[in-house]
Amino acid sequence: MSTSRPRPIGLLTATLALLRKDLLIEWRTRARLNAIIFFALATLLMFSFALGPDTKLLEKNAGGYFWLAILFASVLALGESFRVESENACMDGIRLAPADARAIFLSKALGNTLLLTALGVLLVPVMVALYGVRIVTSVVDLGLILLLGSLALSAPGTVYAAISSNARARDVLLPLLLFPLVIPALLSAAKATTLVLQGDPMRQFDSWAGLLGGFNLIYWGVGFLLFPRIIED
Amino acid sequence: MGKFIKWGLPALALVVLAAGWWLGLAWAPPDREMGDVQRIMYVHVPLQWVAMVAMAINFGVAISYLMKASWKLDAAAEASAEIGLVLGTAGMITGAIWGRPTWGVYWSWDPRLTSQAIMLVTYTGYLVLRRFVEDPEKRATWSSVVAIIGAINLPIVWFSVRWWRSLHQVQSTPKTVDPEMTLALRVSAFGMLFLTLWFLVLRYRQALAERQAEVALPDALPSDLAAAGGANSSGVA
Repeated sequence: MSTSRPRPIGLLTATLALLRKDLLIEWRTRARLNAIIFFALATLLMFSFALGPDTKLLEKNAGGYFWLAILFASVLALGESFRVESENACMDGIRLAPADARAIFLSKALGNTLLLTALGVLLVPVMVALYGVRIVTSVVDLGLILLLGSLALSAPGTVYAAISSNARARDVLLPLLLFPLVIPALLSAAKATTLVLQGDPMRQFDSWAGLLGGFNLIYWGVGFLLFPRIIED
Repeated sequence: MGKFIKWGLPALALVVLAAGWWLGLAWAPPDREMGDVQRIMYVHVPLQWVAMVAMAINFGVAISYLMKASWKLDAAAEASAEIGLVLGTAGMITGAIWGRPTWGVYWSWDPRLTSQAIMLVTYTGYLVLRRFVEDPEKRATWSSVVAIIGAINLPIVWFSVRWWRSLHQVQSTPKTVDPEMTLALRVSAFGMLFLTLWFLVLRYRQALAERQAEVALPDALPSDLAAAGGANSSGVA
């Protein structure tokens, strides 16, 4: 036993270092962001083609389409977030570092949240233009829902992406595991967005945002606790 | 014990279930509003109850596996999820058959029905995951994690009828229904429970045998005859 054992790195430091690494890779290639932006844009367009040029219908359901576009794009983003680590056995390298394995979960989930939030910010003006919606209540409310919704997709999504990236048929497995799980989050995010776009006379916004907050608490907690078991060998 | 499981348990289950269904179909009074249509309750409700029991067992063994790895727990997890899914699906189909004459539709987007549908899809995903991972140890660990995450939905299914008062009725209590109905329902439920336990034991043994064959395989390769003696070791390293 040597006396100069490496000092364990703190959870926060490790998380931020990993997050910085992921964002740097993302910024240098911009492959993931470009792909999910165009995918989500295409999805928003497809809804209007599939339903015909009925502006009333598109306006009425805009919140739902917006979140479906983000959900579909999130599968791409989540799947890709672990593909970076599968090259050159990078995951093994990260695991060997004297740091808490939960930092990997936090950094990946936060990275995915940032990516999805950025996507949402870009999609809002497109939605306003394509579907003819207005932001009736406040932009802050919309931002809050966007952030909470992205967090809610990212926490369970990161856990499942870590699993499915190592399994056979991973492209089928991730949506199959993730979609049923995030239905409550999708429902409350879509409802809250619709309230922002169409007015909220009954003051229901807070309860939907609360449901989304509760969902986040549960799945961030469970993901944080269980993630080290997934990546161990 | 082996004999009891092979002959006694199925016989007991079938006798109790037959008695319960006879009580439900012939002895208990028809419902005041729904008439004889209500009698599907003696099939539908026990199915849903035991599906919940199977899912709860799945949750329990998944947690136990993460605390102490063993092939027995993994086999129990596979057996309980599969049987829970089959029973839950049967419960949903009987519910739809009842819904058509009572509600006028086979399916409505009621919270109970929706959350149950989500639950069934979740466990389908769980079983698909099990098929798609070849390494038995990784499969056992990952599927335990997925089972625990998926089980968060179980209390939502159970309490959905209380939290969101909608089309599906709230769980009845013995105080609100005829005691003859309660008796018939309880006997049917015990019959269904015994039948489920029998299924669980059978499926568990099958899963355990599969697992042991799987983990024994590398040792049993012809090039490694020396190791063949320890071929049927079943512990997780």
